[in-house]
Amino acid sequence: MCSKKDEMKKKFRVVGTRPIRPDGIEKVTGQALYGADLHAPNMLVGKMLRINEPHAIIKSINISKAQKLPGVKAIITFQDFMEVSTNKTNDILENCLANKKVLYDGHAVAAVAAINSEIAKKALDLIDIELEMLPFVVDVDTAMQKGSPVVQLGRKHENVSDDFSDNVTSFCSFGHGILEDGYKNAAKVIERSFKTPSVHQGYIEPHACLASMTADGRSDLWCCTQGQYNVRAICADIMGIEESKLRVTASEIGGGFGGKTTVFIEPIALALSLKAGHPVKIVMTREEVFKATGPTVSSSIDIKMGMSKLGIITAAHAVIRYEGGAFPNETYELGAQSAFAAYDLKAVKSEGYNVLTNRPAQAAYRAPGAPQAIFAVESAVDELCEQLNLDPLETRLKNAAKKGTKASYGPTFDEIGLIATLESAKKHPHYAAPLAQNQGRGISCGFWFNFGGNTCVSLNINFDGTVGIIEGNPDIGGSRASISQMAAEELGIPLERIRTVIADTNSLGHNDVTDGSRVTFSVGLATIKAAKAAKKEMCKRVAKLWKIHEDAVIWKDGYVLPAGPNAGDQEPLSLKEIAAMSAQTGGPIAGHHEVNAEGAGVSFGVHLVDVEVDPETGQTKILRYTVFQDAGKAVHPSYVEGQMQGGSVQGIGWALNEEYIYDSSGKLQNSGFLDYRIPVASDLPMIEPVILEIPNPGHPYGVRGVGETSIVPPLAAICNAVSRATNIRFTELPLSPPKVLSAILGKE
Amino acid sequence: MNKIRVGVSVNNDKIEFLCSPEDTVLDVLRDNLRLTGTKEGCGTGDCGACSIILDDKLVCSCLVLAGEVEGSEISTIEGMAIDGKLHPLQQNFLKHAALQCGICTPGILIAAKALLERNPDPTETEVRYWLAGNLCRCTGYDKIIRAVMDAAAEMRS
Repeated sequence: MCSKKDEMKKKFRVVGTRPIRPDGIEKVTGQALYGADLHAPNMLVGKMLRINEPHAIIKSINISKAQKLPGVKAIITFQDFMEVSTNKTNDILENCLANKKVLYDGHAVAAVAAINSEIAKKALDLIDIELEMLPFVVDVDTAMQKGSPVVQLGRKHENVSDDFSDNVTSFCSFGHGILEDGYKNAAKVIERSFKTPSVHQGYIEPHACLASMTADGRSDLWCCTQGQYNVRAICADIMGIEESKLRVTASEIGGGFGGKTTVFIEPIALALSLKAGHPVKIVMTREEVFKATGPTVSSSIDIKMGMSKLGIITAAHAVIRYEGGAFPNETYELGAQSAFAAYDLKAVKSEGYNVLTNRPAQAAYRAPGAPQAIFAVESAVDELCEQLNLDPLETRLKNAAKKGTKASYGPTFDEIGLIATLESAKKHPHYAAPLAQNQGRGISCGFWFNFGGNTCVSLNINFDGTVGIIEGNPDIGGSRASISQMAAEELGIPLERIRTVIADTNSLGHNDVTDGSRVTFSVGLATIKAAKAAKKEMCKRVAKLWKIHEDAVIWKDGYVLPAGPNAGDQEPLSLKEIAAMSAQTGGPIAGHHEVNAEGAGVSFGVHLVDVEVDPETGQTKILRYTVFQDAGKAVHPSYVEGQMQGGSVQGIGWALNEEYIYDSSGKLQNSGFLDYRIPVASDLPMIEPVILEIPNPGHPYGVRGVGETSIVPPLAAICNAVSRATNIRFTELPLSPPKVLSAILGKE
Repeated sequence: MNKIRVGVSVNNDKIEFLCSPEDTVLDVLRDNLRLTGTKEGCGTGDCGACSIILDDKLVCSCLVLAGEVEGSEISTIEGMAIDGKLHPLQQNFLKHAALQCGICTPGILIAAKALLERNPDPTETEVRYWLAGNLCRCTGYDKIIRAVMDAAAEMRS
């Protein structure tokens, strides 16, 4: 095992180094074009009319006054759209523009395109809306109860018990073994309830798009998205056109974290453009982003867990209730599946519910569903360790999932890195460092599935020996760099000779959304295979030139060499030389690869955190933070570290400050960065990343996705640290100063 | 419409523009002058993505009315590299991988430049507090702070 790892380490020339990212200069000089940065001739400004009520029937929408305002070119409502093919697309459209009911505070009901934003805003004020207010519900537990206001009727799946209200749409259950036997064998059994708030992805770039649609359906759409192909599929369906007619170009993207995997304004801009006959640009305000784009689910979770005197978890049960706003979603399943993934358990059960409320539709947020469930599980593990006087790290090692473990959600794990990350944490000086008064240390494991998915890559060998790579996933944090590195590695040429560009939807086949930590894994895999295909072609060309059989040449370090006793002693030919001759040897040379990639390989991480809680204010300060994560193979270690650090800090925000606050009238009270407080530089220490490399057998270079796991452990790690610092067990996030202070005062 | 005529210097170029009374400097930079390197993250002065230097003051350009900047000198991200040569801060941001998505980067670079002009040898804490008005959601700030500290050291030597 060790020798295999060493061999993989030795083998790399470019992979594992830290070159300057190829899109760097544009991004430090302001030249890079993001969603809102494009202007088109004759462009109109689009704006949405949003209703600040949580739940209401739309009795009428009167646009006649607004239409008459000079400079207004188009106004649309839901009625301007035709019926769409699926429930899912209809939900997306109804989230963009309300149909019969306003379902949450901030739900849009109409959109205007005008010659400038001043006129567009005036027009919004001139639209008359008649509403009939309805009772509303924003809390997950209340929404589940019979008699609660129902957000949408007819969405309940057959397997959901009739004991719940119609807001409970879906149910799932996973696990194995007999729980009762496990609890009997435990030295201690605890039952606890946990709550986590809705938090927003908080990308700094608001959603923006520029659409142009003509009467024959041919359309162009520029937008900030994590997946231009997905935008195309949804918008083509909504607009009733074939996918080939709609070209979607992804702008540079100013953060997404899952929140830009769907659409909110793109079909609206297309419809306005079609109606007005002009290009239309829509840019959301920050308030719109908070109110009407996806936050994550909020949760209410029960855990029952038993542990033996030696620290073996004998049985564990989770009931997970996720509220994802006004439309059904599948995040509850991901929560139920990931809850116990870190542990090798004899008896385990996790059940999940999805619940509708009068809140905006949830969108994916980095490891969607996992942080909430794992927060609850890891909090329970920590409390049991404390009560049984066990070391929390040793205890996790004793229960850790490993190769061959049957996961609670079904599969049996292959090579995984959890034990290696735990061992690494155990050896790290952080774990043994002394703590002072009011300080506490917390630990948590984290997990994410990682996805592969549909991927296309084209790789062109230019006549001058440079290489152009075309891939279809927006670069959300350095993927052009890692993809170029893998190509340089495979082709044996300098990195500087490669340029990777991101295709629009009509220049390359379908690529799944940039999600599931899939890009470096899947696009990397496809790039390596496209490079192999190009190398094979180059070998063929050279063999033809040398008039020998294809098998008599080999590729080595960027050169084609004669191989074997009868191949002759020709001078090796470089990629550059072969490229220069390509017109004479059969035409341009290229490689491509298309795949629905499997073998992404699950990801584990362990976080250690030291906090100090001020007993007079209840404020928590992060003193030290160390992240241990298995990257399989870190292609560009700086960007792997960046994922580990960035995800951790998002988790720190979730644990300490961030939450959607609704008032008693169902309205969101903190739809701005002043009151929705994401971590700022002065809140934090340096975040130390420790990269482990346990090669993923499913990737030619051993790569594993690294983007998401890092947001999972901070919630419990910090809560465990605060609980140990204060000797009070906290079960509800965020651990904001008033909450912590009132608990401290309550104890005294 | 009552447009206001304003003359300013932007990155050492004298320019004139017409604006509405409610237009902000950010609106004018982005929409009139097409200097889209300055970003709008919130429009309420909370995120710092629109940071510019206005007559030696670091400001959020979304909070300054364009009609009020007659005769001012404005520096934006587009003027940071001189004759195609990157500023040490820009170089260090690239070297340290201090950006992921890059949307906050122009604002942070401008803010950091304003810091180093006042304090060429800041401590880590001073950098963290100075940049507390610039939100970054990708990096966790670690590499940003290191890049600023290293650029400062380089500029001192």
